[in-house]
Amino acid sequence: MLFKPISQNFNDFVIDRDKERCINCEVCVRQCSYEAHFWDDARQCVMHDNTKCVGCHRCEALCPTGCLTIKKNPADFRDNALWTPTYMKHIYKQGDTGGILLSGMGSPSAKPIYWDNLQLDASQVTNPSIDPLREPMELRTYLGSKPDKVEVEETPEGPRLKTKIGPQIKLEYPMMFSAMSFGSINFNLHKAMAMAATELGIVYNTGEGGLHPTLYKYGANTIVQVASGRFGVHKDYLNAGAAIEIKVGQGAKPGIGGHLPGEKIDEEVSKTRMVPVGSDAISPAPHHDIYSIEDLLQLIYALKEATEYRVPVSVKIAAVHNAPAIASGIVRAGADIVVLDGFRGGTGAAPTMIRDNVGIPVELALAQVDNRLRDEGIRNWASLVVAGGTRCSADVIKAIALGADAVYIATSALVAVGCTLCGRCYTGKCPWGIATNEARLKKRQNPEIAAKRLTNLVKAWGHEIQEMLGGMGLNSIESLRGNRDKLRGIGLNEVELDILGVKHAGR
Amino acid sequence: MRRVYPNKDFCIGCHICELACLTAHSESKDLIIAVREEQASGLRPCKAVYEKGPVCVSLSCRHCENPTCVTACISGALYKDEETGKTKYDESKCVGCWSCLMACPFGAIRRNPSKGKIIKCDLCEGRDMPACVQACPNAALSYEDR
Amino acid sequence: MTYVIVGNGVASVGAIEGIRKLDKEGRIIVVSEENTPTYGRPLISYFLAGKIGLDRMSLRPDDYYEKNNIELKLGSRVTALDPGKKTITLASGESLGYDKLLLATGGIPFMPPIKGLEGSGIYNFTTLAHAETLIQLSQAIRKVVVIGGGLIGLKAAEGLFDNGLSVTIVELAPRVLSAAFDDVAGKLVSNRLENEGLHIRCGNTVEEVLRGDNGDVVGVRLTNGDVLECEAVVVAIGVVPSLCPAKEAGLNIRRGIKVDDYLQTSAADVYAAGDAAEAYDMIMDDARVTPIWPNAYSQGYYAGMNMTEKKKEKHPGGLAMNAIAFYGMATASLGLVNPAPEDGCDVFTYVDEERQAYRKLVFRNDKLIGYVLVGDIDFAGLYTGFVRFQLPLTDEVKQDLKDGQPSALLWPEHDFETRWTPECE
Ligand SMILES: Cc1cc2nc3c(=O)[nH]c(=O)nc-3n(C[C@H](O)[C@H](O)[C@H](O)COP(=O)(O)OP(=O)(O)OC[C@H]3O[C@@H](n4cnc5c(N)ncnc54)[C@H](O)[C@@H]3O)c2cc1C
Ligand code: SF4
Ligand code: SF4
Ligand code: SF4
Ligand code: SF4
Ligand code: SF4
Repeated sequence: MLFKPISQNFNDFVIDRDKERCINCEVCVRQCSYEAHFWDDARQCVMHDNTKCVGCHRCEALCPTGCLTIKKNPADFRDNALWTPTYMKHIYKQGDTGGILLSGMGSPSAKPIYWDNLQLDASQVTNPSIDPLREPMELRTYLGSKPDKVEVEETPEGPRLKTKIGPQIKLEYPMMFSAMSFGSINFNLHKAMAMAATELGIVYNTGEGGLHPTLYKYGANTIVQVASGRFGVHKDYLNAGAAIEIKVGQGAKPGIGGHLPGEKIDEEVSKTRMVPVGSDAISPAPHHDIYSIEDLLQLIYALKEATEYRVPVSVKIAAVHNAPAIASGIVRAGADIVVLDGFRGGTGAAPTMIRDNVGIPVELALAQVDNRLRDEGIRNWASLVVAGGTRCSADVIKAIALGADAVYIATSALVAVGCTLCGRCYTGKCPWGIATNEARLKKRQNPEIAAKRLTNLVKAWGHEIQEMLGGMGLNSIESLRGNRDKLRGIGLNEVELDILGVKHAGR
Repeated sequence: MRRVYPNKDFCIGCHICELACLTAHSESKDLIIAVREEQASGLRPCKAVYEKGPVCVSLSCRHCENPTCVTACISGALYKDEETGKTKYDESKCVGCWSCLMACPFGAIRRNPSKGKIIKCDLCEGRDMPACVQACPNAALSYEDR
Repeated sequence: MTYVIVGNGVASVGAIEGIRKLDKEGRIIVVSEENTPTYGRPLISYFLAGKIGLDRMSLRPDDYYEKNNIELKLGSRVTALDPGKKTITLASGESLGYDKLLLATGGIPFMPPIKGLEGSGIYNFTTLAHAETLIQLSQAIRKVVVIGGGLIGLKAAEGLFDNGLSVTIVELAPRVLSAAFDDVAGKLVSNRLENEGLHIRCGNTVEEVLRGDNGDVVGVRLTNGDVLECEAVVVAIGVVPSLCPAKEAGLNIRRGIKVDDYLQTSAADVYAAGDAAEAYDMIMDDARVTPIWPNAYSQGYYAGMNMTEKKKEKHPGGLAMNAIAFYGMATASLGLVNPAPEDGCDVFTYVDEERQAYRKLVFRNDKLIGYVLVGDIDFAGLYTGFVRFQLPLTDEVKQDLKDGQPSALLWPEHDFETRWTPECE
């Protein structure tokens, strides 16, 4: 194309418009925030520029005649197992710009997804399966530190728990909406998550962008996050939620901080984050007051003091090489919940190289952390939560069988409200109105609709989890937790089976 | 009575409601034919989407309690249905004087240029849910009794 | 409660509907000189032109009077009113008592003092009967002169032309339609009419109607001395309030029957509405006779409601408006369109010669108080909203209006929120 660098001319997608059906209504023109469709005055019809398409499928979804198909560009480079088009295009782009490559959403790279190599068990003749439609099936989950032993005393009214149990988060489903900061996604979705979490009896996480004043009323279903930038953190904020989470690392970009570009900081974001309008909000890579487990301990207890020990404190780390040792340290430092975020975890923006090459699969980290905490006899001190790439209820139930208490869902929540994983969150032009604060785009998410869809998703997964539990002859999620005997591996080698602590499917 | 209420906070300005209205009031009931053929011969949607900066809203006849259009109609084509509360329109009586179009302070009346008669929202006579409300992808229109 | 309504035009229908909204029981008697159920008076031009038949004339369904329990006395002229005794007298000598009376007597054609105007061959165009007469006349003659280039005159001329007559319009002002519309609109419309084949003589009036030996009309002589041949003359210079029986009864009258904000005349329990009344006009901020259909209906409606004594509703005030189309050229005019220099108005005009489109907006104190549109009238209602609700305009909004882009989103937030949500009425 004229006036365009080659990196753009090797476009990823082609827009196929069926002229038989197109009525030139310009719905696509108005929907595409990348201006790939346009009204062509000369030809008096709607036209398009393939090089601008990011493959978000918004136009296709809204085209009232269904005449659009967004296709992969069939133009092939010569086959080369090493030099795939992805790498070549990266290089063209960097040749053009000299800048680092940026990406949005979790890593799409073709690396093992262990969930797919794990199969669940089901009861047959003995220990018969349970029908969740007829029998009670417990999904309720409590997150927080559990005592080493419990003492019960007899009272005239019956037995009573004598042991004092620390603060817990009560979940009606073993799922939570993961941290996505206000700013990276917009207010409408924060509101939707808050509404859905309240309706479902679960919690959502504010992310590191603070909590909008109008959302304080959903506090009982909110986890407030404290990250290295400390945006929007103050006493009321800390006391607003059902738990506090210290974010140390993020699966999509372990080892680096965050950068919310000034364009995304509007009036509301500015107020909530407590940063000036239009200025970049930079989260440093480390917390500048945490250089050791002891420092972390201090922060955990500072937060507990600030909230008078009313709420549990969680610590979130990226799943990296020494996760088990780190997790053990975190638990010993007083965390009530440890969150492991795998390398498939989503992000609003991450350097592509880091996203695709740093960190380890969360399945492996989870199994190892669970093992380590058990071995040290401190597994009950903290709950374990995994995040990063949970695509379906089977992934959730497998995570729980591997040792998790609950999972965080983020990408699947976004997909539920329309995200097509086009991966251009960092542009701030999300055509689905998700990763954007632009007034004309963010209203594409109507919180009423989004909340309904999120609620539907979690309820649907809940039903499926109940079915699968019933199939295994279990009547509560509690009975599955860390019960790896309910899992078998296929297509895994000895080492992988050993790390995951599961038998091969043939055994 | 049940009316169509716009919500300008969540109207995304897609104009799909207009297309739905057009189709619902077409002969063919087929979007493509309605736009390509029937619109060319005068069919228009009763709905209109307005835009200003990032704000959009889709409006149509609000079926006023005391409608000025009825007051202005010289032919008796426009009238208030006492039972349903709707501001109704009998096309066979309209002479195309455009008095109502001028009198309605909400700009809710359009012209069918070929027929020389007006076009006005009838809340989709014969449908359970007005087409615009049903088609809106963002629930920016609601049909309710407030 | 006995309500008597004199006249059976649209003001009368408005009154019936206003009364029946609040009083389903009271006795309503309608007395009218015309012998038909209420018809769309402006429709007579469509009838004359052959666009509609008699079957489409009536304004309301056939069972309207029965359903609303109305006693109709058609073909009866009211000759006297005694507000003291609360009675009216009909031409037949019959006398009727009332608790509340509405004078909705409408207007009568204005007949200027022109030599030779008395006698045969002179017609008006304000009633269905007139239209029927003109249709018959069209069969018999070939040439006609219409005096008056206002709305009624042009409509009569158009109808007669459509009946195959050669028509000349004589208008005193330099342009047709210059009162209700303006010069530019008048020019566009007269071009249109002339293209169709009508003749227009502006800046002239008829000095004398010329008659042959047998007294038949043979032509007219204009003030400039020109003589136009014709076999009939239609006088359509406008209507004046029909003041019988109000005048004889001593009601307060200026041009029309003076009424207060509640449409009550100077006499207790006597109301007036429509073309006969002189009522408050929201833009002029003064009492006016505005002989137009929507005002007649709404004044009737408010008078009716107030007559029931169940509610006391102030009429929001009249608003002049006219929409009229000639051979596909649509025009609309509303509010104050020809302000005097001392009115301190800011007038914007835009003409698109090629598309034969014209837009004139009249602003006063950052409000829109009137407009004229020719050609593109689709946005008329949106402009009307700004006038009707007297919405305050910022410079930016003014510009959008001037650019021909009125929009409901230009309304002040509060007005949008309250007025667009119908439950707030
Ligand atoms: C040809 C034509 C075209 C028009 N076009 C338009 C238009 O496009 N838009 C618009 O807004 N307006 C138009 N008008 C004006 C509009 O028709 C009048 O404003 C409206 O009809 C007035 O209604 P009304 O009820 O006040 O009076 P009318 O309709 O005049 O009714 C009065 C009635 O009272 C009767 N009456 C009078 N005196 C007595 C008495 N003493 N006893 C018994 N009965 C009596 C009369 O016979 C008549 O039936 C037009 C008028 C004409 C003639
Ligand atoms: S939305 Fe579909 S029908 Fe409308 S202009 Fe675009 S491609 Fe054509
Ligand atoms: S970027 Fe999205 S909306 Fe734009 S053309 Fe591509 S798929 Fe369609
Ligand atoms: S057309 Fe206008 S005046 Fe008539 S009911 Fe609808 S909104 Fe009201
Ligand atoms: S255009 Fe038709 S509906 Fe409107 S006022 Fe005239 S006759 Fe009545
Ligand atoms: S369909 Fe809905 S969102 Fe789209 S323009 Fe109409 S009201 Fe707005």
